Amino acid sequence: MILIQAPFLNLQAILDGLMIGAIFALVAYGMALAWGVMNIINIAQGEFVILGGYITFMVYKLGFSPFFGAPLSFAFLFILGFLLYKLIVHRVVDRDMFISILATFGISIMIRQIMNLIFGSQVETALTGLGTIFLFDHNITIALVKFSSFVIAVAGALGVIYFMKTSKLGRAIRATAQNPRAARILGVDTEKVYAYTYAINAAICGLAGSLVVMTYTIHPYMGLPYTVRSFMIVIVAGLGNIPGVLASGLGLGALEELSAYAFGTEYRIGLVFLFLVIILVYRSKKLAKRREYLK
Amino acid sequence: MKKIIVTFISALALLFSYSTLSFAKVVGDKIILGAAVSLTGKYAGSGKHTQKGYDLGVKIVNDNGGVKVGGKTYKLEVQYYDDESDGAKAAALAQRLIEQDGIDYLLGPYGSGITVAMAPVSEKFGVPMVEANGAARSLFTKGYKYLFAVLNSADQYLNSAVDLMAAKKKNATVAMAFEQDAFSLDVKLGVEERIKAHGMKVVIDDALPKELNDMTATLQKVKALKPDLLIVSGHDKGAMTGIKQITDLKVDVPMVAMTHCDSAAINKNLGGGGDYTLCAAQWHKSLSYKDEFFGSASDYAKTFESVYSYDPPYQAAESSAALLVYKAAFERANSFDKDKVRDALAQTDMMTFYGPIKFSETGQNLAKPMVLFQVINGENKVVAPEKWAEAKLIYPTPKWADR
Repeated sequence: MILIQAPFLNLQAILDGLMIGAIFALVAYGMALAWGVMNIINIAQGEFVILGGYITFMVYKLGFSPFFGAPLSFAFLFILGFLLYKLIVHRVVDRDMFISILATFGISIMIRQIMNLIFGSQVETALTGLGTIFLFDHNITIALVKFSSFVIAVAGALGVIYFMKTSKLGRAIRATAQNPRAARILGVDTEKVYAYTYAINAAICGLAGSLVVMTYTIHPYMGLPYTVRSFMIVIVAGLGNIPGVLASGLGLGALEELSAYAFGTEYRIGLVFLFLVIILVYRSKKLAKRREYLK
Repeated sequence: MKKIIVTFISALALLFSYSTLSFAKVVGDKIILGAAVSLTGKYAGSGKHTQKGYDLGVKIVNDNGGVKVGGKTYKLEVQYYDDESDGAKAAALAQRLIEQDGIDYLLGPYGSGITVAMAPVSEKFGVPMVEANGAARSLFTKGYKYLFAVLNSADQYLNSAVDLMAAKKKNATVAMAFEQDAFSLDVKLGVEERIKAHGMKVVIDDALPKELNDMTATLQKVKALKPDLLIVSGHDKGAMTGIKQITDLKVDVPMVAMTHCDSAAINKNLGGGGDYTLCAAQWHKSLSYKDEFFGSASDYAKTFESVYSYDPPYQAAESSAALLVYKAAFERANSFDKDKVRDALAQTDMMTFYGPIKFSETGQNLAKPMVLFQVINGENKVVAPEKWAEAKLIYPTPKWADR
């Protein structure tokens, strides 16, 4: 098997996986935020990512380095998320989950088609002009654009976490996540909290999107994999568990790459879902034991 | 009162839904062809090339005397629906075009997968379909009588690349990465046959998942195993992702061959990373075909660019050619009866700017060869077959360290 023939490939696979996983972890963090605080599963998550990518792509087309697009995508999606909350999402926040899924599904369709109309439907990418570095005597190859995406993704996630821990709004968000009614009684304006949470989620996706367009390619209809993957990561990690979400994102990325090497690329998605199933079964068994004990 | 209003509104709605029957096959002086094309969804990029090709074909035929049937002159027109890159929807739309809109002549959709979904419908209703973008071999093995394809089948796409490799090196090793859709798998079949015939060895055989965005695993394997030839087929996204990641990871392979390079515009969008790649093409503007409507191939490219402001990929060219086929068939049949038109289509034997078109028993165009071009300095230059080559193949691809 190739992993044994060329042992460095193991390290290479893990590194590649971490770099891919970082972007997915970022999107998953946003998903966990919206879900944990507002009980909204944002089906438009992937579309926010692609839209963020297009904003950065526009910056790139104007002749600037796409890295300047990252803060722009963040800001633009923040505003868009805020507007979408005020226009649409606030009407479905208190309803059951199905309604909110339907509403965000509608948002995703609209964004997709608007992007198609405005930006066209050809596949696009942004070139950063960054090179490649070789480690361990040319045995490990690292594309610098992927590495910088990793760094930016981690920095972005840490930035948001720091914001959550220290700022007043961050504490209000965490309070609302724990118990909305209690938070309201204690004077937290939950409507404002929800609006900002959705906006932050969109902004995180926008940042991830700008990394995606630099590292990979974008297309108006390529959003769904990001939605599905972030949903999966949140499920694996469990809702309230932020470090878990980030770790799962990275872990899933690494696992996917390793399985792609070991078993062939056609199995990577299958193996990831298999892993998801195993974790869920294990968790249900573990919880079943606890339930017995409590009885 | 409420009941009366509701009944009135539903009656109106029913009335309006029937009004579409005015789209019969010939209305006044217009012959109406039907088409379901991917205007949204995964194939929207190429679907739009297809639609623009059809529109340009219609415009040129209409501007050059239209279609003469029974002593009268008619203009062509196309009734479009969006199949959203979904085969099931395309089949439903084909049925709608035939049954509800009364269309008797269809133009094909974009893509093998969707053409495969639509073909049984047109066959069932006995409606001829001239398709220009469905290359899957399976379209020609089911005994369809009403399907006519102007393009070469998928299993011919990259055979000449394999042959070129065999000519340069004995017992070469091959790495393959194919998307798992009807088209790419047919390309793979053709390639595998040639590999076996030349005694070459396959060292990597990866399947690219449909929503793939990342080919790193495949490319790292390529770096480790150092094959002589790398073949990638995954529509526009596959070509773009492949070249981008080959550039990012500085993968050195003596020969790289792909499909859909020109619709992904790898010669322009990837900062030189696409250079030296061999690309399968149904048509190229430098080929010396010509006809009386579009002129030569390069004339077609100029006309297309003046209307749509970009260089036409072969998807557009073959779509325009379909209209030329229809015009000739209508005039040959001298009738609007769909079976007479079908028989006239079967007798097609003409030269167009796109190349010679002559349909076999199974509806395949066997008269035109596939070409292979290489991206040289950001320009696409035909390198095979020898007869049409305008530049010499650059082999081996210079290493990244030397570029």
